[in-house]
Amino acid sequence: MTAPELLPRLFVSFFKIGLFTIGGGYAMLPLIEREVVGKRRWLTGPEYLDALALAQSLPGPVAVNSAVFVGYKTARIPGAVAAVLGTTLPSFVVMLLIAAFFVNVKDNPHVAGAFNAIRPAVAALIAGSAWSLAKKTEKRPFSMVLIIATTAAVWSLKISPAWVVPALAVIGAIMPIGNAGRRDPGTEAFDQVEKDLER
Amino acid sequence: MKDSGHLPLWWSFLKIGACGFGGGYAILPLIGHEVVDVRNWASLAEFSDMVALSQITPGPVAINGATYVGFTAGGFLGSVVATVAVCLPPFVFVTLACRFLLAFKDHPRVLGALRLLRPAAAGLVLAAALSLLNRENFIGWESVPVFLAALALTLWTKLDPITIIVLAGVAGLMLYAPAG
Repeated sequence: MTAPELLPRLFVSFFKIGLFTIGGGYAMLPLIEREVVGKRRWLTGPEYLDALALAQSLPGPVAVNSAVFVGYKTARIPGAVAAVLGTTLPSFVVMLLIAAFFVNVKDNPHVAGAFNAIRPAVAALIAGSAWSLAKKTEKRPFSMVLIIATTAAVWSLKISPAWVVPALAVIGAIMPIGNAGRRDPGTEAFDQVEKDLER
Repeated sequence: MKDSGHLPLWWSFLKIGACGFGGGYAILPLIGHEVVDVRNWASLAEFSDMVALSQITPGPVAINGATYVGFTAGGFLGSVVATVAVCLPPFVFVTLACRFLLAFKDHPRVLGALRLLRPAAAGLVLAAALSLLNRENFIGWESVPVFLAALALTLWTKLDPITIIVLAGVAGLMLYAPAG
């Protein structure tokens, strides 16, 4: 297929992916798999697993990373641009409308009342997500120490994650600490895709 | 704020795109640090509202956050600047990785870095949760049962975040909104 036909298709596929995944991130992965591996056959199963591994080991939103990977593999830089525009555009437009609209309604007593209770619930959602991420790490003291140290650095000492993340990456790359792990503790989404592809 | 130009938005969201690791909520402490602590574009309560809004709308939290904060800090152009900035580093990194790095994905150094970053992502999210436990988000005693109920629902049921946020909103209407 030539680029002129491929680019609009990449855009449309990723626009659908961006539009229909609410909550973002890992919620998008099954959809990307169905569209990219199942329907369009832009990537083979193993290539898609490579894409996922890469999307999770590089900085940036997983959905954007996967879009760049698929777009680039299929149609180089123009393909990557088309795929990223597709994923981003739905969130951009919806969020823009909400941001413009929310300013006007947030002082309405009903909206303000609802958000008074939504705020503690958001704190709970994030705490729950921290718990399930922690459960997925390897069960050994090393992981626990690292989780607590990161929390303390960012929350108590107010060190920016923009310092903590690169520092840990460099330390991990040059020093073989915490080497006991046999298998990288991937995410549930990753394992699920792996299972799907085996079938 | 609009007078200060869009350069601060550009740099902040470039940083968020370059250092946000682990996807999803793991990027929140970084957004919170830049937006609330460093730049004062939003209060902690406004930050919580943004998280709630991005949970009930399509797309990755990072994109939603960039668009929302960009708009409130710098209007339409601000939202474009912040959204492009947050996408740019992943774009460059992944393109380069496709060309050069894919062969190294099982390299011991790459695995070594990931071995530290995976648990760290959990710590980052925990830090984000802790920073939200304050008087701005917990305006009275009623906030505590709302928090505990939401925590129980997210840990022990399969309810998705949208449903939990909607339920909390209904609770808020009953608790705080004027009657009638």
